[in-house]
Amino acid sequence: MTIASFLTQLLELAIAVALAPLLVGWVNMCRAWLQNKSAPSLLLPYRTIRKLFMKDAVVAQSASPIFRTTPYIVFGAMCCAAAIVPSLATDLPFAQAADAIALVGLFALARVFIALAAMDIGTAFGALGARREMFVGFLAEPALLMVLFTASLISGSTSLPTIVDALAHRELAIYPSLAFAGVAFTMVSLAENARIPIDNPSTHLELTMIHEAMVLEYSARHLALLEWASALKLFNYSCIGLALFFPFGIAAAGDWLALIGAAPALIFKLAIGGVALAFIETLSAKLRIFRAPEFLGTAFLLAVLAMLVNLLLGG
Amino acid sequence: MSAIGPPVGALELVVTIVAAWVALGALGLVRPHSLRFVSRLIFPAGACVALLLTVIAFLSLDAPPQSLVMPLGLPDLPFHVRLDPLSAFFLLLIGAASFGVSLFSAGYFRASEGTPPGLICFQYHVFLAAMASVVVADDAYAFMVAWEAMALASYFLVTTEHRIPEIRRAGFLYLLIAHIGAIAILLCFGVLQAGGDDYTFDTMRNMTLIGAWPTAAYFLALVGFGAKAGLLPLHVWLPEAHPAAPSPVSALMSGVMLKTAIYGLLRVTFDLMHVQLWWWGVVALALGVVTALFGVIYAAVQTDMKRLLAYSSVENIGIIVAGFGLTILFRAYGKNLLAAITLTAVLYHALNHAFFKTLLFLVTGSVLHATKERSLGKLGGLIHRMPWVAWLALVGTLAIAGLPPLNGFVSEWLLLQAFLFTPSLPQSFVNMLVPLAAAGVVLAVALAAYVMVKFYGVVFLGRPREAHLAYAHDAGRFERFGLVWLAAGCIALGILPVNVIQAIDPVNAMLLHSSAISAGGGNWLLLAPINADRSSYSPLIVLVVIIATVVLTMRIVHRFYHGRIRTAPPWDCGFPLQTPRMQDSAEGFGQPIRQVFEPFFRIERHLPTSFDAAPRYFVRIGDPFWSWIFLPIAHAAEFAARIVGLIQQGRISVYLTYSFFTLLALLFFVR
Repeated sequence: MTIASFLTQLLELAIAVALAPLLVGWVNMCRAWLQNKSAPSLLLPYRTIRKLFMKDAVVAQSASPIFRTTPYIVFGAMCCAAAIVPSLATDLPFAQAADAIALVGLFALARVFIALAAMDIGTAFGALGARREMFVGFLAEPALLMVLFTASLISGSTSLPTIVDALAHRELAIYPSLAFAGVAFTMVSLAENARIPIDNPSTHLELTMIHEAMVLEYSARHLALLEWASALKLFNYSCIGLALFFPFGIAAAGDWLALIGAAPALIFKLAIGGVALAFIETLSAKLRIFRAPEFLGTAFLLAVLAMLVNLLLGG
Repeated sequence: MSAIGPPVGALELVVTIVAAWVALGALGLVRPHSLRFVSRLIFPAGACVALLLTVIAFLSLDAPPQSLVMPLGLPDLPFHVRLDPLSAFFLLLIGAASFGVSLFSAGYFRASEGTPPGLICFQYHVFLAAMASVVVADDAYAFMVAWEAMALASYFLVTTEHRIPEIRRAGFLYLLIAHIGAIAILLCFGVLQAGGDDYTFDTMRNMTLIGAWPTAAYFLALVGFGAKAGLLPLHVWLPEAHPAAPSPVSALMSGVMLKTAIYGLLRVTFDLMHVQLWWWGVVALALGVVTALFGVIYAAVQTDMKRLLAYSSVENIGIIVAGFGLTILFRAYGKNLLAAITLTAVLYHALNHAFFKTLLFLVTGSVLHATKERSLGKLGGLIHRMPWVAWLALVGTLAIAGLPPLNGFVSEWLLLQAFLFTPSLPQSFVNMLVPLAAAGVVLAVALAAYVMVKFYGVVFLGRPREAHLAYAHDAGRFERFGLVWLAAGCIALGILPVNVIQAIDPVNAMLLHSSAISAGGGNWLLLAPINADRSSYSPLIVLVVIIATVVLTMRIVHRFYHGRIRTAPPWDCGFPLQTPRMQDSAEGFGQPIRQVFEPFFRIERHLPTSFDAAPRYFVRIGDPFWSWIFLPIAHAAEFAARIVGLIQQGRISVYLTYSFFTLLALLFFVR
């Protein structure tokens, strides 16, 4: 590990943590425009987080230490995940310590802790949210893993930088397996980031919420961290998608010139991705919770198909 | 694995340890009703012996095999024992897990209606000794004697509370299936022996089976050991016997005894036989995946905490057997390196399961003692009353849910890596099939997280669902020691995978003549099975980075803002009336899974009518294998018995008539 690669690693992590709320702001803005509303400021998520940090934390009497440490653990897991996903460069020393499977494991760690924290207070909504989140997760997580497996089979590695290197340097052609995987991945990301059609991030309508039901009892700095962590999760998922399906402009190891170009490329790609997300959210309606397995089951089957197609056609 | 090498006469020491366990157990019979004597003296002594066994087994992991002929057994048919890396690994597993269980048991057993403590102590130590004997036995005779001793000792332990009819029934079911398995194993040894001179494993190793005989032996072993391990469809005893047994016994049975079946499978398939056919692997793989999915789906809808864990054991055994099948597949195609990686994953998962499942079963014991409740629907909020148990249980929960950086994740990671290597197999049909199995395993692992969140959340988090839970007390000193040991094991196995894999590598060398680490590009910090470019994982770094981020975030937030905190009643969207009964019950938490997988369950619903004075609603979920397989067999047996019963009229004249006709028939033939 050289100092240069270490610096790249830190730079990438810092950019992820700093830009994540901006991405959320951008998606909200696009969505408001598409729905013919006047959009909130692009910087609103930052202001919300700052406001929440200033407030006094209120914690329920029946809370255990799990409730109070969970926001930090979730934030930590998301930071770790951000450090693995090659968004700017593939020269990531930390990515050696955790590959694609470990990435899914980190997401699962965050999910389990949020669900446990939601059950910790002992309210009806908390447990409801936890149950639904785990329910969505049990299909979304395998589907994500299958998507990553497809990419691993193409590149012969489960290490994310190697996958991206391999995918970026193949000849430009349409890979049927990647097309399947791409559709599956989009569906999984919608579900995992509590987006329409599985969940709606902008309502607190009790009977339909999933993610919001779990964080109902949180306030102030704990809530701020959780909001930030979920913004980071969206950022991470977007970067995984970009890295797998549009791996262009990501700097290879030791290529400093490319690194300077990588940041604008990333921002450009994320902006397009944000618009696409806003489109999907505007055009679709929320599903009933028991339609969710059909949606996610489809994603899972598509991902498995992607893997089989890859084996059948050889890439 | 060590500079000092194996102790001289390690096998003699192991035999002495087995004898010491039996002697300690017999000592318990001296004062069978004295709880103090048994729990303060014998169980801790048994734990020390277990620790000694762990150390010896660890030191002899990479030692050359030693064997010994015991002056025991029938004339001309002595017991043969042997200590090789495979036995040493399983001895290590037995010793390490039973150390924790014995310590816990020292504080666990109370005077009760059932078997007196001295007798429990005897059965318990005979059970331990029998398990250790199973893995060192070197001839079919000694193996079967040890295997039967194990089954009988555990049967008596399961029926500790023998005054309760359900428990007697569960014990009988266990004994029945154990014997179906034992018959299959006996036949398997018969096939393997192939008319040789004696029944030693050495003779079997030197035999070459031809034709369909190897396949027959393999499938007999799969049935026989599968019955003990809990493979579909012979898993039905697990969810009955585990809740019936006292918790330390469930812990031993689930964490350790099931692994002796895995040992048997490995011993027969890779050591006693020389050929492995690829389609055996496909069968084991499919069976394993189906078992894993079945186990985890059923675990998700259970309402009894021990039954939930029993189904979770079925799931884990399924994963282990799926890995076993993949090992056969690689081995049959001569990919010994990949087979070694897969076998490492299998052994690793067996070891992990021994730690976390034992831990969780012991936790249910503490909860049971503190609350007298086994039903999940009547627990809750115990993290405030039983912090030790709750925090240690959290370690086990995260480990079994397969989350990094704990141990469950490492073995699953290795197994998934192995699955990803299959495109190198020559047969395209298998290449297509194996990813499907990988998808099944991944699905089972993801569902396991659901199950464990349910288990932990309902038992330890939230508010107490019953008033008397406020008087729950934490585990005692001995119980804590046992739990801490097992939780520490989960963490150590999780963050030091490279060392663990190095330690168990001699088993690969012995069974597959290949090493899982020789090709790896990793170092002590980085686990890299093939090379670091292909895949690598370092739980220690992940753990350090997560902890560093958490601490750093905490410091920054408190430094730049403030650490003020206020407590208040829960908000819950402002609903004024909230009772603990409004939390999700175990049924509620499992309801989505029940709804999605409804066709797979046999559900019995009781819905109240609108005019019920005392409305009651309940849902019972039965195991469909009862109605598919076992009940038809039982009915057929009963029917046959009734037919036979028709000719038994109970009058002497009828029987004389039978004799008369028999004579006539004989005369007709002899004529």
